[in-house]
Parts: sequence; structure tokens; C-alpha cells
Amino acid sequence: MGEFEPKIVAFVCNWCTYAGADLTGTSRIKYAQNVKIIRFPCTGRIDFMLLLKSFGEGADGIIVSGCHPNDCHYTSGNFHARRRWIMFRGLLDILGIDVRRIQYSWVSAAEGAKWADIVNTTVTAIRELGPYTDYAKVAGYLEKEASV
Amino acid sequence: MKELNQKAASLLESNTVQVVIGYGKGSVDRTHAIFITSAAECEQLIFDSRCIQNLAVYLTKAEIKKMGKPAIVAPIPVLRSILQLAAENQIKDNDLIVLGVSPESEMIELESLTAIETYLSTKQIAIDEKYQTAIEAIKAKPVSERFAFWVKELEPCFKCYACRAACPLCYCTRCTVENNQPQWISVASHSLGNLEWHVMRAMHLAGRCTDCEACYNACPMAIPIHLLTKSMLQDVSANFGTTGPSLHRDNTLSSFNPDDKESFIR
Repeated sequence: MGEFEPKIVAFVCNWCTYAGADLTGTSRIKYAQNVKIIRFPCTGRIDFMLLLKSFGEGADGIIVSGCHPNDCHYTSGNFHARRRWIMFRGLLDILGIDVRRIQYSWVSAAEGAKWADIVNTTVTAIRELGPYTDYAKVAGYLEKEASV
Repeated sequence: MKELNQKAASLLESNTVQVVIGYGKGSVDRTHAIFITSAAECEQLIFDSRCIQNLAVYLTKAEIKKMGKPAIVAPIPVLRSILQLAAENQIKDNDLIVLGVSPESEMIELESLTAIETYLSTKQIAIDEKYQTAIEAIKAKPVSERFAFWVKELEPCFKCYACRAACPLCYCTRCTVENNQPQWISVASHSLGNLEWHVMRAMHLAGRCTDCEACYNACPMAIPIHLLTKSMLQDVSANFGTTGPSLHRDNTLSSFNPDDKESFIR
């Protein structure tokens, strides 16, 4: 068995981070391949349940990224998202769903290098934390029942 | 309470209200909600320490609204819920008559929603020390143990949704949990479904919950789900400096401040 390769899901907004990640590519900056990017209209659209679903489907880490404050294409989606993440993080913390496995960031369309750095540091951090099995084990309940 | 009964009777007699929502004698030594429509029945109204159900839950029900204008027996938890419902545009002044009851079991004159807000400003929500200790004890556990603790605590949940039914603020006519395209919440009451349900419930109450404990009181398995909402109340207060409902500000998660502070976004 080779080294543990973390599976990272990135929820990004269309207007800033997605374009920023595009810029990383067009700038030929190499970065870790562990990330699967899911494009949303806005961070305000990213329901907290989607993050849980990712962990349930076996993600080891999650990145949530969008426009810097004051830069939202929809004027205030990221402000709302910020409040939601503050509250969600507190809830995850008391529930014992490891908050270190979710990296939030603001990456603008001009910050290709920052996106590469966010992905690389997240991959390194998750690699150190190891595979995330707590939540996936619970999520695998039905399969286990079926196989008995 | 003689005063309460008289007041209720006179409201019905004068047809100021058509129904009085209050507490009546239940089975054995329990009390339950009663809906009184005639002055003669008002002697059935009781109020004592057993009256812990949050009656505000009925204010948004179509079946009760159909009965006409209500008067509602309202100890402090009910008053807080009424204020939150008003803040969410579910109740307006003149929609109801509030029969306020103080912690000393005395009638309080509350003629408007503003009067309720003024009265409640002297009765701020305070998380009981025993709950604070319980929350701290959970947070002190290593992360995996914390998760195992909740998986075990939520194990007895069989998704009866009494917590939702009892909560005055869970008034959506279509709940995410019944949404199956996509299936947000696994329907079976296995660990995943239980976890998803309680995370969603807590998040949808974030910054709205008024700490009445109706969810916990309704839970047939006594699962400490109120610890989640209490913990979130602490988070709201620590991050946004607000506690409890107000007619003068929007809900925590449906509003924002450009200067909101956090320490975890890079």
C-alpha cells in the first residue's frame, strides 16, 4: 500500500475561487491533485448538509472557498456564508466532527497562487491527520446491514 | 389561578377572543394544552410548575388559527417564543391576547409585542450552570470520543420528530427531512440518519432557539438534544453578542455584519 492520499472536496463559488483555480492552471502552477472541485454560484448557496454528505461519501477533508468579504457577486452571499460557517463550526465542534478537516478561505479570481497554496497546505494537514473514518463508518451503516 | 380564569372568561364573554389556549388537567398528575371556547369552561384553566409545554407551538397551526383570535397563557418560555415568532413575521400585534404569567405565578399585563420585549429585557436567557458544565465536559473530550458520545446518545432516537412537533419555531409546513429530491436526511433511524437529522435541526434553529427546552421535554428517549441548541446559543452570544429574540434585529443567520469576526477563514 502506498502513502495515504487524502480525498479532498472543494466547494467553491463561481465568481472568485473557481476563476482563481482556473488561473492557477493557466499560470501553470502545479499543485496537489487530491482535490475535486465543485462549482457553486456563491458560497451563500453552499448548504451545510453538503459538507456532511461529503464526509459521508468518504471525503477526508473539505475546502470551502469564495469571494473575499465585500467582493461578493451577489453583494452579500459570502457575508451570510461566513455567519453560517461560524455557527456550523461550533456545532461540528461539540458533535466531534473534526473541524480541522474543513478549510475555509477567500480566494479571488486573481489569486491563482493562493489557491495552489490553500490546496497544498490542506492536503498536507489532512495527510497528517490521516484518513477520516469516524463519519464514514456511521454513514456505511446501511451497507453493513445489507451485507449481513 | 383565579385571576387568570376570570381574565380568560371575560375575554371570551366579550368575544374579544374566540379561543383561549391554556393548560388544563391531563392524565394522572400531568397537565396538557386545552383550547377553551366558552367562558363557562374557563374554570378548567390551571397554572403551576407542571405547566412546561410551550403553548406558542399552537399559534402557527392552521387548525388553531381557524378557531379565531386566541388568548394564550404565557409563562416566560412562551413569551420568548411569541417574540421570536413576531420577529419572524409569524405573529402581529392584535393577532392575539397574551395572558402573561411571571415566574412568581402572577399575571403580567402585556398589551403589545413591544411590551413583551420590554418585559423580557429584564429576563435574559441564561444557560443554567449544570448545562454549561455538561457542554464543557463534552467539549473537553478528544474529538473522536466526542463523536462516539453523540453517536451513542442519538442511538435511541427513532425519528418520531416529537422534538420538531413540540418546537414553536419548527413551523415550516414542509420540512427538509421530508424532502426526498434530493434525500437530505436518511429516513431510517440509523446512526447516519439520526446524526443528519439532529445536525439539521440544530442548524435550522441556530440564532432562533429561545432555550425553552420543549424539544428535550418532548423526547420520549430523553436524548440531550437541548445541549446542542444551548451550545449554539452560547456561540451566538460569543460571536455576535446577541441573546434571545428581539423585534429590532433580524435572525443571526438571515442577517450579517460586514465586520463579523472569525479566526478560521484563510
